[in-house]
Amino acid sequence: MRLSRKAALILRAGVGVGLAFIYVPLLVLALYAFNSSSILKWPPPGLTLDWFGKALEDEFAREAFLTSLKAGAVATAIALALGTLASLAVARHRFFGRETISFLVILPIALPGIVTGVALSNTFTQVLGIDLGFFTVIVGHATFCIVVVYNNTIARLRRLSTSFEEASADLGAHTWQTFRFVTLPNLRSALGAGALLAFGLSFDEIIVTTFTIGAGEETLPIWIFRNLFRPNQLPVVNAVAVLVVLISILPVYLAHRLTREEGGPAAARGGAVEAEATAVP
Amino acid sequence: MGPGLDVDQGLSRRLASFFDGRPRLQVGALLAGPLGWLAIGYLGSLAILLIAAFWSVDPLSGEVVQGFSLENIEVLFDEPVYRSIVGRTVAIAALVTLTDALLAFPIAFYMAKLASRRGKALLLVAVLVPLWSSYLVKVLSWRTMLSSDGVIDWVLQPFGLHGPGYGNVAVWLVMSYLWLPYMVLPIYAGLERIPNSLISASEDLGAAPFTTFRRVILPLSFPAVVAGSIFTFSLTLGDYITPRLVSNNQFIGNVIFNNISNNLPLASALALVPIVVMVAYLLVARKLGAFEHV
Amino acid sequence: MRTPAHPARTAWLVIAGLLALMLLLAGCGGGGSSSGGEELAELGKGEGQVNLISWAGYVEPEWVKPFEAKTGCKVNDKVAGTSDEMVQLMRSGQYDGVSASGNATARLVDGGDVSPVNVSLVPNYKTVFSDLKDQPYNTFDGKPYGIPHGRGANLLMWNSDEVKPAPTSWDVMLDPKKAAKYKGKISAYDDPIYIADAAVYLKTHQPELGIEDPYELNEEQFNAAVELLKEQRPYVGEYWSDAAKQISAFANGDSTVGTTWQYQYFALQEEGEPVAASPASQGFLPKEGATGWSDTWMISSEAKHPNCMYMWMNWIIEPQVNAEVAEYFGEAPAQELACEHTAEKDFCAKYHAEEPAFWKRVYYWETPLADCGNGSEECMDYNKWVQAWTSIKG
Repeated sequence: MRLSRKAALILRAGVGVGLAFIYVPLLVLALYAFNSSSILKWPPPGLTLDWFGKALEDEFAREAFLTSLKAGAVATAIALALGTLASLAVARHRFFGRETISFLVILPIALPGIVTGVALSNTFTQVLGIDLGFFTVIVGHATFCIVVVYNNTIARLRRLSTSFEEASADLGAHTWQTFRFVTLPNLRSALGAGALLAFGLSFDEIIVTTFTIGAGEETLPIWIFRNLFRPNQLPVVNAVAVLVVLISILPVYLAHRLTREEGGPAAARGGAVEAEATAVP
Repeated sequence: MGPGLDVDQGLSRRLASFFDGRPRLQVGALLAGPLGWLAIGYLGSLAILLIAAFWSVDPLSGEVVQGFSLENIEVLFDEPVYRSIVGRTVAIAALVTLTDALLAFPIAFYMAKLASRRGKALLLVAVLVPLWSSYLVKVLSWRTMLSSDGVIDWVLQPFGLHGPGYGNVAVWLVMSYLWLPYMVLPIYAGLERIPNSLISASEDLGAAPFTTFRRVILPLSFPAVVAGSIFTFSLTLGDYITPRLVSNNQFIGNVIFNNISNNLPLASALALVPIVVMVAYLLVARKLGAFEHV
Repeated sequence: MRTPAHPARTAWLVIAGLLALMLLLAGCGGGGSSSGGEELAELGKGEGQVNLISWAGYVEPEWVKPFEAKTGCKVNDKVAGTSDEMVQLMRSGQYDGVSASGNATARLVDGGDVSPVNVSLVPNYKTVFSDLKDQPYNTFDGKPYGIPHGRGANLLMWNSDEVKPAPTSWDVMLDPKKAAKYKGKISAYDDPIYIADAAVYLKTHQPELGIEDPYELNEEQFNAAVELLKEQRPYVGEYWSDAAKQISAFANGDSTVGTTWQYQYFALQEEGEPVAASPASQGFLPKEGATGWSDTWMISSEAKHPNCMYMWMNWIIEPQVNAEVAEYFGEAPAQELACEHTAEKDFCAKYHAEEPAFWKRVYYWETPLADCGNGSEECMDYNKWVQAWTSIKG
């Protein structure tokens, strides 16, 4: 696309402003992680690496981190299964109420977290009489993660011509074989992107988690919330946050490389795959 | 057909053959899981919660009385404070959406149409990575930046100005900040889908770049903007943590939170408001094409 | 493409039917109020864990670690900022016990969320101060519902560098003319119970209203208190419920005067911040008196670890422990024998632990009820307080 010099300049400035807006607060946050005083004053009086050491030693933080990883993994797995099933049904069949499914799937993420959290908590404790704990947290997370997988897979399924599947059937493969050898390989990158975003959503979720978690468990956001204002813990929290961001850069980049489609016109579309995860079905 | 197929002869073949030729059963089996979970589990939970909106609370004992009553809904309409709280929440949600759309568009556009393959990848990672830093820590970081003698005051002081401090402006700033990536990604996806050939055609027909933008790109990317706005709007509408940390003002989420334990019917009635707003929003978004892929 | 399926319609109807059934069940059956439990008859072995809800500074490693070592009960503590939060958490049935103030105890008992305490299983209870036993906020239907933890008054704290001269009255925060001087720097407690603070102020400054008990207010008295707080609203910089959040607000200058607890005051002093409060020798009371709290450990009716909970309740009023607890937070201990164990020799005297007369000027947090206690039922109940608070904050 051709742009005038002026227009290109304005565009670049716009990108710069946007990126600065995104990163300056993160840099401030990172700076506080090195703050030698535990009270948040600006400018910070000195720099130290102590807090990172404390963060790595803090057993509560470690446990919370692991709990978050486990919960995220299971919730993502459930979301992958349910989201794929739903998108297969909607993309490949016609039936009464097909449009409603898209609507239903987006509800948990479109409605306020507090509504979802209180509703689920209420049902668990009052109607079903079960204890809040790891399981209930996963249920909550999986519920709003379904949509990101669903969006991605249904977008891909719609672009995927059914002729491949029909050819496979004509050649004698039954439904499961067709799915496993024809459909699934083509869905792989969509599933990967969906899984990545679903995991990210679950990992950072606080509101629904607050209402569905039991007394003895902690996910990382819950741990952060608990320590957010404790004077001596605050810099540790900042350090933990910085560490998490750093740890996540590699998987995000790798996932992006792996899910980029090989060859074909789609290759030029680079990261459209992840982008579609947040688009609406 | 490779050797792998022979392994699947037993159970999976029999199951699959059962489903072959029975498309309705296929649909049923596919949907049983997701629908069971969502329709019955989630919607059911919502319905149970919202039914309480039509109950009331006994003034003497504070117990929930399960008879049908519209009094909580009436309170929402009659008491001015609830109207102003809802108004404030919706207004800021709209403002945040607008701000994010304006901030996100240049980034998304650059990523989709002008960046090299490498640049695209870098920008994408750059936009995605902040999603992984904790929401709470980001809000806290803003809280300290906004505090008196914080970063913002420190930067503006030489000019004789000072920052907005805590309040509605702070909430607007922080929310716009938090949800920006959720707006960038769908717009990027939408712009990617616009074939470059259309843009070239417009240019070949003699349109100035701005005209092409206004009459070709903008209308085609509008559904994607609407799709992104669903997230920014709904996330702002329901948040109670950010308003609590960077302002003294109450948003819908705060009042729901404060009333859950002693007046569940009122809290449920309040919860109806964002639900109704979001359902309406989703219906409008669908009309505007946000739910479709080209 | 496959043919459209009519059975799909049936499937949707089935789903709708199941939903309706769920609603019916929830409406008729559930709806949550659990019946209060029985008191424990006999103390058994520890269950290995106890889940507590407490105020900030009440459950600290200093006395938790020895408890865990001695009983094998691992302590999980959730800090709550307001009584409302505590009630909400207790309702979930996930916790064993809570350090409840008077504006939570009645609601917990009414809601069936707590059980009476069998005080014969708590040996240290015998030597608790007698003016903490059989009180309306911890005894219901003649049965004791909890073990006292300690008591204190809410504090008026100010930044001694910014606020001069040193205030002796709440008017620095509640008289609009004086409060205007500190506009945007005032820190008030974020809970409907704060209305009682306005009532305490009006008891002295508008005696014609005839306020006796700041928690039992008729409509006229109530409206006056609410009006006062609405006038204060523009000058308030922050409504706090998280103790540590207030600490950081005072430390970075966002707040310079406000109502607080001893926990924050001592924490800030330790950090070297220039904070001051009316001296401890006056029990931290400005001249009008103050609201305060007398906290009670209560046991959940759905406690999964009742034995550990009883052990905790006995531990917290162990003389040595209660002395540590009181000195850490800065409150008057509940245990008489604790006064012999305090590090500071005249701690109990300073905090008026043994002076029932002093506590007459401290209005412990209580649950506002419609029953005024003098025969009439026209007082404002807690729901009205909550709704008024919403409209005060706006």
